[in-house]
Amino acid sequence: MSEYKHLLEVEDLHVSFFTPAGEVKAVGGISYTLDEDEVMGIVGESGSGKSQEAYAIMGLLQSPGKVIGGSITFEGEDVLAKSKKEMTELRGGRAAMIFQNPMTSLNPVYTIGNQLVEALRAHDKTISEEDAAQRAMEMLTMVGINNVEQRMKQYPHELSGGMRQRVMIAMGLICHPKLLIADEPTTALDVTIQAQILELMKDLQKKTHMGIIFITHNLGVVAEICDKVCVMYAGKMVEQGPVDDIFYSPAHPYTEGLLRSMPRVDADSHERLIPIEGTPVDMLNPPEGCPFAPRCPYAMKVCLQKMPPYVELGEDHRSACWLRVQEALEKKEGKQDG
Amino acid sequence: MAEKLLEVKNLYKYFPVKGVKGPGVQAVENVSLFINKGETLGLVGESGCGKTTLGRTILRLHEPTAGQIIYGGETIYQHEYPFEEKLVEGEKDGASRPLLVKKRVPREKSVDMFPLRRKMQIIFQDPAASLDPRMTVGEIIGEAIDIHGLCKTKAERTERIKELLDRVGLNTEHANRFPHEFSGGQQQRVGIARALAVEPEFIVCDEPISALDVSIQSQVVNMLEDMQQDLGLTYLFIAHDLSVVRHISSRIGVMYLGSLVELAESYELNKNPLHPYTKTLLSAVPVPDPEVSRSRQRIVLEGDIPSPMNPPSGCRFHTRCPYATEKCAQCAPEFKEHAPGHWAACHLLDQ
Repeated sequence: MSEYKHLLEVEDLHVSFFTPAGEVKAVGGISYTLDEDEVMGIVGESGSGKSQEAYAIMGLLQSPGKVIGGSITFEGEDVLAKSKKEMTELRGGRAAMIFQNPMTSLNPVYTIGNQLVEALRAHDKTISEEDAAQRAMEMLTMVGINNVEQRMKQYPHELSGGMRQRVMIAMGLICHPKLLIADEPTTALDVTIQAQILELMKDLQKKTHMGIIFITHNLGVVAEICDKVCVMYAGKMVEQGPVDDIFYSPAHPYTEGLLRSMPRVDADSHERLIPIEGTPVDMLNPPEGCPFAPRCPYAMKVCLQKMPPYVELGEDHRSACWLRVQEALEKKEGKQDG
Repeated sequence: MAEKLLEVKNLYKYFPVKGVKGPGVQAVENVSLFINKGETLGLVGESGCGKTTLGRTILRLHEPTAGQIIYGGETIYQHEYPFEEKLVEGEKDGASRPLLVKKRVPREKSVDMFPLRRKMQIIFQDPAASLDPRMTVGEIIGEAIDIHGLCKTKAERTERIKELLDRVGLNTEHANRFPHEFSGGQQQRVGIARALAVEPEFIVCDEPISALDVSIQSQVVNMLEDMQQDLGLTYLFIAHDLSVVRHISSRIGVMYLGSLVELAESYELNKNPLHPYTKTLLSAVPVPDPEVSRSRQRIVLEGDIPSPMNPPSGCRFHTRCPYATEKCAQCAPEFKEHAPGHWAACHLLDQ
C-alpha cells in the first residue's frame, strides 16, 4: 500500500506569463486530485490554460511562464521543490506526457527504435541495448503496430499520423509511468483513427492502472474516456465533477452552454443550436469577477465584481458560480426556518 | 420536384506528379451528384479524401480533368475522360503491367467563368490565411464589389459594405481595421461577408468552422443557416465533423479516397447507412453523452487510408473493409440508387 493519499494533488495552482504587454494569468488557481486507475479530462477552449497547467506539472513551462503560487504533489513528493535533475528523472519515468502533434514531438533524424531505446535507457541506466530494443519492440506491439522489427528502423516521416501517435504513446509508456498526461492526443487525427487511438488508450489504461490526465476540447472524447472532468475557462476552473454529473446536471452556465451548443450526430430532429454569445476572454485584460460573466445569460451584478467561491454540489462535484452560491444560501436559510 | 441548381457528372480531378508515370494523384474519381436550389449538401470524409478538391473543382478553381458540370441548366464544363489503360513495361523488371496513360481528347465545352463567379462563391477553412493582411476589411469586401462593378457611386459602395458587415454581425467601424485585429471567429465573419458581397446564389463552404473554438462554431453555423433562409442560398458544406454536417445539411455525401461512396438524405444516412465506410464513420464520431458512449458498439477500422497516388484496385475501400470479398478487389462498384434518394456504391448491396 502506498503511503500517499492521492497519486497527484494540485492545489491552488497559479501560472503567469510575464510578457512585455503585462502579466497574463494563464492559470488562476486550480485544484484537483487524481488517483491511480482514474482518467480525468480537462476541457476548455484554446487559451483557457489547460495545456499550461499540465506543463506546470511536468516542469515544462517555457519562459516567460512561471508557477507563482500553489502546490503540486505527485506520489507524496513536492514537484515544485524538485531540482532540474530530479525533474528530468521524473519526466518520462514515473510521469509521462504525450503531445498533440506527434510529428513535432518525434525527432525527424533518428529512427523510431533509436528514440524508444533512448527514452528507456535514459531512465534505466542498467539495461543493455539489446534488452532495451526488445522492450521497445514489445511496447510497439502493445500499441498495435505490426512489423515491429522493420518499424524500429524507420524514421518518423515514413509513418502515417495515426502510426506516429501510437509510437508517441509507446514512448510515453515505455518506463511504465504512474501518471500519463495526454495533451490533445487525438485532435490532429481523423475520426476513424481517433477511434483507434481512444480504444487503444482505454485498453492500455485497464492493463497498466495508471492515472491519466486527458486534455481536450472535444466533449465527445471526454464522454468516451473520462471518469471525471475539469472544465476550464480563462484560466479558472469553473466546474469539476464525475463525468455523468457534468453531462447530465451541469452546474455552471459555461458547461451548460458548451453542451447545448454542440450538434449531435445522433440527434433525431433538426434543432437550432444555442450558441454561447460573445467572444473568448482577452487574457491580457481579463474582466473582474467571474471571467464568464460578460458572456453569461444569467449574469448578475455580483458576477461582474467578484469571483464566486466553489460550491460543493455533490460527491466531488463543485462549481464556481454565484447562482449556485445563491441556491446554497437559500437552502440553508430554508433549513433554519423549518 | 425541386429544381437542380448544380449537377456534376462523372467528375475527375488528377494532379500530375513530376517523375511519376501515370495519372499522378487521383484526388477526385468519378463523382456524380446534384444540388437542389436552396438546399445544403454536406460532404464528409477524412483528410485527404478529396472533399476540398471536389469543392474547388466544381467552382473550377482547379481545372477538372474530365467530366461535366451543369450550373442552372447550362453546361459550364465538359471534357471526355482523357486516360486509357495500357500495358506498360516496368523500368526495373521489364514486366508489363496496366497503367493509365494520357490520350488526346478535344475539350468539349468550357465557358468563361467570370460572370459565374458572381453566382458561385466560396468560404475558406482558414480565415486568417484567406484574407490579405495588408488590406482593411472594407477594402477586402469592396474589392469584390469593384471587380464586378456592382456599385455605381462611392456612397452606394460604402453603404453596401456597411450592410454586409451588419449582416455578419460586425460593426461599421470594423471596415477600417486590418484582419489581424480580429479574433478567428470575426475573421471568418469577414470571409463570409466577402463571399456575400457579390450576391451569390451558391456558396461552397470549405470547412468554415473547423479552425474555430467550440463556443464560436455554433455562432457561425447559426449565422450560415439564417443567411440561407433570408437570401435563399444554396450550400455545398464541406467538413470532416459529421455531427456539424449532419446538423446543417439536408443531404449528405460521404467520400472515401476520391470517390463518393454514399449519398442520402441526412436523417436517412444516420439511421440507415448502407455503405460499410459510412457505418464506421458514424460509429467513430464521439457522442457527448457518457451513457451512450458506454453502451454503443464501435466498429474500429484497421490500418490507414491508402495513398491516392496509388489507390487500391476495384472498390477503393476494400483494403480496410471488414466485409470485402474477391469481387471488391477486382472491379469498382457502381454508384447507384438503392432506395429513393439514397445512393451508394458497394457490391454487397447488389446481392
